[in-house]
This record gives sequence, C-alpha cells and structure tokens, in this order.
Amino acid sequence: MSVKVAVVDYGLGNLHSVVKALAHAGADVIVAEHGSQLVGVDKIVLPGVGAFSDGMAGLTKAGHVEPLKAAAAAGVPMLGICLGAQLMLGHSEEFGSTAGLGIIPGKVVKIPSDGIKVPHVGWAQLAPRQEQVWQSGALRKTAPHTWAYFVHSYHMIPDDVRDHAATVQSGAHQITAAVARGNITGFQFHPEKSGQSGLDMLSAFLFDS
Amino acid sequence: MPLRIIPRLDIKAPNLVKGVRLEGLRVMGKPEEFALRYFEQGADELYYQDIVASLYGRSNIIDLIKETAGRIFVPLTVGGGIRTHADIQQILRAGADKVCINTAAALRPEFITEAAKSFGTQCIVVGIETIRQTDGKWKAFTDNGREHTGLDAYDWAMRAVDLGCGELLLTSVDREGTNKGFELEFVAKIAKQVPVPVVAHGGAGSLEDIAAVAKLGVDGVAIASMLHYNRTTVNDIKQYLGSQGVEVRA
Repeated sequence: MSVKVAVVDYGLGNLHSVVKALAHAGADVIVAEHGSQLVGVDKIVLPGVGAFSDGMAGLTKAGHVEPLKAAAAAGVPMLGICLGAQLMLGHSEEFGSTAGLGIIPGKVVKIPSDGIKVPHVGWAQLAPRQEQVWQSGALRKTAPHTWAYFVHSYHMIPDDVRDHAATVQSGAHQITAAVARGNITGFQFHPEKSGQSGLDMLSAFLFDS
Repeated sequence: MPLRIIPRLDIKAPNLVKGVRLEGLRVMGKPEEFALRYFEQGADELYYQDIVASLYGRSNIIDLIKETAGRIFVPLTVGGGIRTHADIQQILRAGADKVCINTAAALRPEFITEAAKSFGTQCIVVGIETIRQTDGKWKAFTDNGREHTGLDAYDWAMRAVDLGCGELLLTSVDREGTNKGFELEFVAKIAKQVPVPVVAHGGAGSLEDIAAVAKLGVDGVAIASMLHYNRTTVNDIKQYLGSQGVEVRA
C-alpha cells in the first residue's frame, strides 16, 4: 500500500532529512510549497526549526494555514516535528505572544532553565505521560524509555492533560516530548535524527495511524 | 544525558582517510559506506572533518553531506575550512546539524558569537587542537595541527565558551592516531570547568581508554582508527561502557 505524505515547506529549516527519513520508512513523499498541495494526500508532516513567529509567518505566506486546519478537522493524520509540533498549539510565549494553528489547545513556553541547560540538546528517554494517548498514536509501537534526539528551548503545554502523550526528565523538570489528540501528533524531538527508533516511529505514523 | 559515541571520519574527498597525528594520510575507502556501517552499529552522532578545506580554502564535502544525510538518521557534525556565515549556511542546508569551527575562530574570535547568534548556539562547535608542551602546558593549534596560534589551549577553550559556542571538541594532535589513550589531564581540566558539552578526541586505542575518558565527565567521545580498522564496533564500545557503569544510548 502506497502512502502519499506531504511535507509542509514554509521556508524554515532543512527538510532534507525529514523527507529522506519518510522515504526510507516507505512513504511516497511530496514537498508541499503551497497549501493547495495539501489537498488529497493521505498524511501530512509539518517539520521545522527556528522561531515560532517566523514559522507562523512562513505558513501564512505559503497559504498553508487554512488547508492545515481543514485537513486536521477532516481527520487527516498529521505529524508535527519540533517547531512544527509547537505551531499546532494555540499560542507561543516566544517573543511576547504569537497565535499558532490552534489544532491542539495549549501553549508553548520556555523550558524552565533553573538548574538545566537551555537549549535542551541531545538524547533523552521518552516516558509515557498518558498511557492511553501513547498507545493510540504514532508511539504505539515504541517501547517506553526509548531514546530520542532533542534540540529546543521551548516546549508544549497542552490545555487538556489527556493530550499529553510523553515527557522527558531534565533536571528536576519534566519537559513535554509528545502531544497527541485524535488524528494529530506532535513530537518535540526529531524522529529523523533519532536512529532506528525514530525511523520506526515514522513508519508507525505512516502505516499504523 | 548518555555518553555520545561519535565515529569521526576524516575526509579527503571523495575518500575516507586516516593518519597519525593528523598527518601521513592513508586512504581507507568510501566515507559513505563507513558512515552507514556506523549508523547501523548504533552511533549517536557522526563527525566529518574535511581535512583539505582548511589548507586550500575550498570545501568539496557538500555533495558527501547531502548523500549521507539522507541515509544516516542521527545528528551529523561537519568541520574543516568553515570561514564564513555562507559556509555554515551551505553545510547546514546540505543536511548537517552542527558545524565545527577552528581556524576561522582562532583568527577572529568574534566569528563564534556571530555564528551562534545567526544559527543558534546548539549548532556551533569550536574545535580546540592541542599539543602538550615540555613545560606540561598545552598550546592551541589550527589546520590539523600544522599552525600554532600562540594561544594557551586552556585559555582559548574558556574564551570560546564565553564567546557563545555550544560545544567544544578537544583534539589531542600529539595523541591522534597513536592508540596511546586520550589526553586525560587536559580533558579533565576543561570538562570540569565549562557549562557546554565537551567531546574528547585523539588517542583511543582500547575500550579501557574510552572508559577512562568517559569517567572524566565528557559528553561525547570521537573515535576513528579503532572503528575504521575494525578493531571494535560501536555496539561493543557501548556494551563495554555499560558494564563499566557509564550511561549509553541502547
């Protein structure tokens, strides 16, 4: 079964690794430079590295905002990665307050920096926060305590704790590693940089969600 | 965080090469084949050093980064001949996650600050090449140990951190490729002092050598000869470190 997945291009960061990782996992990948290309695909991946406000500006400029909201509402499975995941929330506190896509109710806040290094960079072990959310989404086949690769200074706080799929421990704090709500999944970490485990997660998103 | 095992590939495009004290380079084979092998063995990150770029000022490594970044699904750091904002942009766009700066930073230290501001501290690594002097101190070198900067290596490393780099790569030129073990004393001095991750490179000859440097509190260990000559695998290194109580990514 061929799965057609659109990777949303909005001019921020490097899509190369995400595209290659999805292709490696068996997807038929298109890079969507405009929102019109998001119509009719089986799945959508929203990647991204950089600042939240630049991300929203890029999505708006490329006409991605309404097609993304429509696809989310229509039940198209969607995976956000790093900044892409954060953009799916309601708003961010990065540089004041910027509105996001609002697909998952919640906000994006700075990682608490007392006693830990920010940016939070490196490998960390995923821990389930809400077992049933973990079990229902792209993490279903991932064992608890699997290592994933992170690079970020902000993290996601969903309004509804039931959307909170996974955390990682950093110092005395728990940082959000994944959110999930229905057809929507957001990974703070980079599955495309997380070795074979990351490829397995992408495969689960493509073929089991 | 777990100790990162970082296979280091010295590239003289299109070949993987290996020398002793960064000289006397021997052609080992195709870097992409070695890189894939190390990824499959569970490497936590890969490091490419373009060993020609720094001498001739021209990087041929971009195609190789593009080719491997599509097959190696762990972070990739690239060093060698990076002098400008445009060089960094080109390397990151090709698929690298971090760049390592040495010569350009020694010539103009503010480059570290500028690069960190533009690309984020997390992707700017500063390479410190050291040679131990007869007085027991360490001097900083550039261009694969060929040029002396006149800087004391410890002072230079501390300054690089103050200027905003996100990681330090400490290469012991006089131990590199010799299998005599890491420069433990210098590494320990730095690792205890700095708030950024420290990667130790140069001299790994045995699993015991790697465990010895791991216990100094470094965040990563760069290994070349032991892996290129198939004397061990990333898996074996991790199993051994795990048995010695060092946390590694399974």
